[in-house]
Parts: sequence; structure tokens; C-alpha cells
Amino acid sequence: MDRIPILRMSEFLLVTVQVDMHDRLAMALQEDLTDQIVRHRSRGVLIDISTLEVVDSFIGRMIGNIAAMSRVLDAETVVVGMRPAVAITLVELGLSLPGVRTALDVDKGMALLRTSLNGTPNGGS
Amino acid sequence: MTKATSRLPDILKRHDVALQKEWVNEQLSVSRLEAMSESALREHAQRFFALFRDAVQSGELGDISGPAWTAVREMLGELSHAFATLGYTPSETATFVLSLKQPLFVRLRQEVGRDAEALADEVWTVTGLLDKLGLYTTEVFLKGREELIRRQQHDMMELSTPVVQLWDSVLALPLIGTLDSARTQIVMENLLHKIVETGAAIAIIDITGVPTVDTLVAQHLLKTVAAARLMGADCIISGIRPQIAQTIVHLGVELSNVVTKATLADAFAIALKKTGATIGKAAAH
Repeated sequence: MDRIPILRMSEFLLVTVQVDMHDRLAMALQEDLTDQIVRHRSRGVLIDISTLEVVDSFIGRMIGNIAAMSRVLDAETVVVGMRPAVAITLVELGLSLPGVRTALDVDKGMALLRTSLNGTPNGGS
Repeated sequence: MTKATSRLPDILKRHDVALQKEWVNEQLSVSRLEAMSESALREHAQRFFALFRDAVQSGELGDISGPAWTAVREMLGELSHAFATLGYTPSETATFVLSLKQPLFVRLRQEVGRDAEALADEVWTVTGLLDKLGLYTTEVFLKGREELIRRQQHDMMELSTPVVQLWDSVLALPLIGTLDSARTQIVMENLLHKIVETGAAIAIIDITGVPTVDTLVAQHLLKTVAAARLMGADCIISGIRPQIAQTIVHLGVELSNVVTKATLADAFAIALKKTGATIGKAAAH
């Protein structure tokens, strides 16, 4: 079965969704990501969904769940690169992902992660 | 109403040229000629008369929606557009057709003569027919107008939702007019695409020009804010007038998750602060 690759970048984990995310893939990602956060004791997760063109309510909720789980494991999560059409769809579905931090692109997302980690007393390098 | 015994087809055939001449003279006496030359009017009249004559020969005098009248309808449609472009009013266009009554009635009286009942029947047939054709031109005219209004409404919707860049990564969205669902959709799309294009981090939605804010408008605003946030841009709502602030609170609209400011200037100052830029007066030396 396909899996979405999770790249480790020092204390961050980088998830780039390059294929159409179907339900099982999202479930697998959720498991892999939580495993990896614990194994590498990661402090931040960046999920890039710039190639994601289609979302439904399930995928929308999964994005929210993944972010919430990461937060429970004390890793700051940023979702980056959401397309306008995807954003509109999610809002129309009533999923405005209130707990999820967002950024326009990977660059801005990394900057956001760094500042939020360095801002906390014990955070970051 | 359609009568096989109507003498109209026969009369039209026999008095072809004379009728046409009388009709055109009738028209020249009533219509304004500054917009259209006499020769153009004659040409229109000739075309219409020929088509009308042929359609009448089919014997279908009660209903102009049939296939026999297709050519006449098409011609009248074109004519109506042409007249409207020249600045004629719809009643003037209808008069073009209706003025055919006068010469036709004269002929009918000559032909049918003393038989009052037959004459009344014939007149009734001709009147009904020409009225329908006259009304058809008006209908076409109105349809053209409606199409125009629809197109303009669409254009206005596009025009009235500009997204302007105020600063590096600061966008402003001055909203003017009432927000309905269709407009919100366009506003949202414009804003989100502009955010991608410019890489903006902050969008200021200015509602100074929105006359009333009810729960629906507020919901639309919140949707826009939520969508922009999903793209990674923060929104500030500015230009809230005192009455609108009162309405929002009275209606119980929850705006506490959104930064709101009274004026665009205040919102801009906050936006600059958030992006790390500062503006100040140059120190005097």
C-alpha cells in the first residue's frame, strides 16, 4: 500500500502530500506521523498540501485530527499551501479547522514553526 | 378564429404592390426619420411584407408561433434589435407592424363591401394577427433588455470586488454594497487567489461601504475570514460603523475570533505592526 513519506528535518517532521489523499492513506498517515513524532521526539510538524486538489469532509476532518494529535504529543503543527478551492470547500463544509495553524507556503510555515518554538522557554535550538 | 374563408391571403396577393406603397406612406407620416433613412425603411418594409404575405398564404392566421411564421418571427427579431440600436422606442417598433392595419382595412372594406358581418370577421382576424406580431417585437425588445441587465449585473459584480495591495503582504478588500451568497463567493475567490499571487499574510476586509450587516452577511464575512485563515492569512475587519456595531451585538453575532477595527487606518497600522514594518514621520534635522 502507498504511504505518504514523512521526512525528518532536525527537530521537525515534513509531510508532503503528493498524491490524491484517499481515506486509507489518511489513516495510514495519521499512524505513521504519531509514531514518528514519538520516535524522533519532534517538536514541529509541517504538512504541505499544495498538490491536494480535492477534499471531502473526511479528509478535512483528518487534517484537523492529525494536527490535534501532534499537538497532544507536544509538536507544533502547521498546514501549508492550501489551495483557494480547497479552502472554500472546507469552509462550505463547515470545517474551518479552528485548532490548526496555517501558512501560505513551506517557507512561511517553517518560519512560523521556528518562531513559535524559539518563543517558548525550553523550545528550539 | 382561423378561418379558411378569410380573404386576406387573396387580397394580399392581388394588391401586393399597392398595399406596400400605402403602408410605407403611412409609416413615413408617423415615424421619425432622423434615425433611419427612407430607403432603409422601405427596405425593411419590403422584406417584412414579402415574408408576411408568404406566411399568410399558409392560412395559419390565428397563431404566429407555428412553423409557417418562423421566417417572419426571425425577421421581426432582427428588426427589433436594429430599431432598438437606432434608439427607437418599443412602441415605435411595434407601430412599424401595426401601421399595416390602416391600408389593409381600407382594402378589406373595398373587397368585402356591404356585408357587415363578414367585414367585422375579417377585421377581427387581421387585428388579432397584426397585434400579435406587434407584441412580438416588444417581447423581443424586452428580452434584449433583460439580457443586457443580466450582463451588466454580472460585470458589476466582478468590478465591485477589487482586492488591492496596500503593502508588502498586506491586502485590502474594500466591500461596497450588499453582500449576498453569490457575491461572497466571488469576493472569497478573488481574495484567496490574490493571497496566493502576492503571498500576503494579512488581509483587511473593509466594510465601510456595506449598508447593513445582518446575521447572513456576518456569516458570509466569517466564512471569508475562515477561508483566508486556512490559506495562512490573518484577516482584520475594519470600517465598522457605530450602528453596525450595535446591530452586530443585538443580533448576537459572534465576531470575537476576528480582529475588528473601527477604521481602515487603524487596521492598516495593526497589519504593519504584525508584519514588522513601521511607518513614522522623518525626524527633523
